[in-house]
Amino acid sequence: MPVIHKSYHVTKNDFIHAGEASIHVKNLLKSLNYDSDLVRRVAICGYEAEMNLVMHGGDGELSVDVSQSKVVIEVTDKGPGIADVELAMQEGYSTAKDEYREMGFGAGMGLPNIKKNSDEMTISSEPGSGTHVTMVFFCKG
Amino acid sequence: MKLSEIARILESEFLTGENKKDVDFHYCRGCDLMSDVLAAFADGSVFLTGLVTIQAVRTASISGAGAIVFVRNKKPSADIVALAREEDIPLLVTPLTMFVSCGRLYEGGLTGVNGNR
Ligand SMILES: Nc1ncnc2c1ncn2[C@@H]1O[C@H](COP(=O)(O)OP(=O)(O)OP(=O)(O)O)[C@@H](O)[C@H]1O
Ligand SMILES: [Mg+2]
Repeated sequence: MPVIHKSYHVTKNDFIHAGEASIHVKNLLKSLNYDSDLVRRVAICGYEAEMNLVMHGGDGELSVDVSQSKVVIEVTDKGPGIADVELAMQEGYSTAKDEYREMGFGAGMGLPNIKKNSDEMTISSEPGSGTHVTMVFFCKG
Repeated sequence: MKLSEIARILESEFLTGENKKDVDFHYCRGCDLMSDVLAAFADGSVFLTGLVTIQAVRTASISGAGAIVFVRNKKPSADIVALAREEDIPLLVTPLTMFVSCGRLYEGGLTGVNGNR
């Protein structure tokens, strides 16, 4: 199978479209008949990272590379970055504004959930230079 | 429990997805916190929420929900209904509160998304 690469532009604060990229990826993997557990894990992680970009980050993109052995999602933004990544990874830590909490987000569960549902996760960020999250999912068998 | 039965028990109306009224449901989740919804898969569950937003529908779709019920008669805007239709997820509105809706479905035999009762 050839490697498929797709990327989607994601816009800060755009709640009308937030999550569309992850839903596209989910439908793409479904149409390629990937294992349903893998599809769900990719969808959840992609969506968490996409929502983080929209709420906390800045304009950027979500890209996916699909091959027979693995799926890789990368979410990159040019937002404010994260000063203490270790702290941000802790469950319950959140700097979400009230406006986002009213939308049901901001429980500080997104990054830990990505960690839990991906096979490999790397997050690199510097204050002032944005955030880059890479998530890898291995296909079974 | 068939979706048509869920609709009857909840005295609710379909906004979209009536074609799925014969689909069977075993699990239910009542939740307004999207962060919590994302923390546990819920393939083919009924998702009850008081949060009527585009993101509630997208979060439901990502988490595998098979139907969405907006409680306390909260009517979604046309774009929310359109998104549910596009995602092929039935959307219902009930006049009942979250508590009473959950109670009736529990009594009807549905379990939580982790299988607990
Ligand atoms: N792309 C990003 N840019 C800047 N800060 C981020 C980014 N992603 C996460 N963060 C920071 O890390 C914190 C924790 O993120 P996490 O996803 O775990 O929780 P949350 O988004 O606040 O809440 P939830 O995911 O439950 O809705 C955020 O509150 C924010 O401070
Ligand atoms: Mg988050």
